Amino acid sequence: MIEVEHLCKTFTVSRRDAGIRQAVSALFRRETEKIRALDDVSFRIEPGEMVGYIGPNGAGKSSTIKVMSGILTPDSGVCRINGLVPWKQRKEHVRRIGVVFGQRSQLWWDIPVIDSFMLLKDIYRTPDAVFHKNLSQLTEMLSLQEILRTPARQLSLGQRMRCEIAASLLHEPAVLFLDEPTIGLDAASKLAVRDFICQLNREKGTTIILTTHDMQDIEALAGRIILIGKGKILMDGDIEDFRRQLSPVRTVTVSVRKFADMVLPDGVQLVQKQGETGGRMIFTTDTGKVAVPQLIGLLSEKLEMYDLSVENVSMDALVLSLYRKYQI
Amino acid sequence: MQRTYPQWRQYLTLFKIRFIAGLQYRAAALAGIMTQFAWGGMTVLLYRAFYLADPAAFPQSFEAMCSYIWIQQAFLAIFMVWGMDPEPFNLIKSGDIAYELCRPVSIYWMWFVKSSAIRLAKAVLRCMPLLIFALLLPEPYRLILPDAGRLLLFAVSVLLALVNIVAFTLLIYISTFYTLDSTGLRSLLSTLAEFLSGGLIPLPFFPDSLQRVLALLPFAGMENTPLQLYNGTLTGSQAAFGIGMQLLWAAVMIGTGVVWMRCALKNVVAQGG
Repeated sequence: MIEVEHLCKTFTVSRRDAGIRQAVSALFRRETEKIRALDDVSFRIEPGEMVGYIGPNGAGKSSTIKVMSGILTPDSGVCRINGLVPWKQRKEHVRRIGVVFGQRSQLWWDIPVIDSFMLLKDIYRTPDAVFHKNLSQLTEMLSLQEILRTPARQLSLGQRMRCEIAASLLHEPAVLFLDEPTIGLDAASKLAVRDFICQLNREKGTTIILTTHDMQDIEALAGRIILIGKGKILMDGDIEDFRRQLSPVRTVTVSVRKFADMVLPDGVQLVQKQGETGGRMIFTTDTGKVAVPQLIGLLSEKLEMYDLSVENVSMDALVLSLYRKYQI
Repeated sequence: MQRTYPQWRQYLTLFKIRFIAGLQYRAAALAGIMTQFAWGGMTVLLYRAFYLADPAAFPQSFEAMCSYIWIQQAFLAIFMVWGMDPEPFNLIKSGDIAYELCRPVSIYWMWFVKSSAIRLAKAVLRCMPLLIFALLLPEPYRLILPDAGRLLLFAVSVLLALVNIVAFTLLIYISTFYTLDSTGLRSLLSTLAEFLSGGLIPLPFFPDSLQRVLALLPFAGMENTPLQLYNGTLTGSQAAFGIGMQLLWAAVMIGTGVVWMRCALKNVVAQGG
């Protein structure tokens, strides 16, 4: 179980304007500014949960992950993971967690991946039986057979990321932190990584905390979302809550043989019309006022439709509206 | 999960993997050997010119001097303070130190073991051709093989020198947590260490008063002590004193490093990502 209470961390950032005079004066008097990276952050995560931790760049996501993985010492606040305080009992704590930083590499670049794995086995003091069981499972689930004997520097980004994830799981951690695990990956690799993460959570009950800017990751993976902005937790709930609260709007796209004029009820808007006399029409409806079935009934009365689709607002748009709402 | 899996195994593996990785750089080793042949040869010729002018003006015989130079060149990879593993600097600068901190090992000992392994691997790979060559040279330029006792004393002292040098370079690594770029400090301290350890001129060539001070500094134990033990300049109580200072300074520098590292990690901020 992960308990985080009233976590605060302040960084000092130095500032100066461009130009020689400013640079010279900065030699004598330096202007600094305190940035509150974490401002009274609190949450609880139960074992086996899969949580998406989102927020714009610089919101404090990575700082939180770093505190939880024992890298960063906060100014104040409590963090207890399975009873241990990460920055105080670092060595015991990190033995039980796995961490993947999507933008960094933990594989030794000039030796084959399998050698890196063997080294990690000894570093974590994983018993032989556990290691070999996990290695063969991970090799199969992430299709690593072909690439284990290649030096890490010769792997593609997708291959490397699969190896990174495997590397963080060899010691069977109960908690896995993924900091932007799909950054820069192509569609196929992203899907492979997502499928694997789901499977891991389902089959082994690993608690997973994931930060990402890719909203499809969040949609595919996280049941629960924590939104952070300017160091503060702004929302904490499941995906459907987010949608309902933020966006009661649905988009209905119809293709028609011939356009027709009609009076639209309050709450429905025609956003776009493509084509001369017939083609695509895109409507949005506020489901609080006009429900989707109602709108479809209305449209089919007036128009000769041959195709129809209904969409939720995309996660990207949703998150953007959230950022706007909280002015972050 | 906690089994009887000894902790030193972790560090042994770290050592092993770096050692093995170090052995794979054949071209670099060949280039190093060539340089050391040339450098050693040039130094021998330089001192020959001095000795021809006035052999009495020198504190040790030309034969001892040649042995000093050849052993120095053969084990240069251990002795060169400036030849530091660039990885810790990059880890600190780029923030990849984050991953190192996620490991259940002490960062200090991990870097210690890695640096030692790299130096030792390089030395093992390069020393043999040079030693064989130097042993086959004609008198008085050849490397003289001392008796087994002195050889053993030399071996112990070289290992202590390695420990001293690595402990010293670790202090430079840790300073990078505060300065972020240690190029200045690194070149200053490694040049200083090189000069005061006898890397450029053997310490017996220094004025007597200075020698007494130098013997107390940590640098003498990094190079001068093992080399003078080998060529027989350092014997008896002086030898015991030399090795004692090596032990003392190793303890002091390691102790300082361990404590300093602990303070530095408390303040570390891995930026970005």
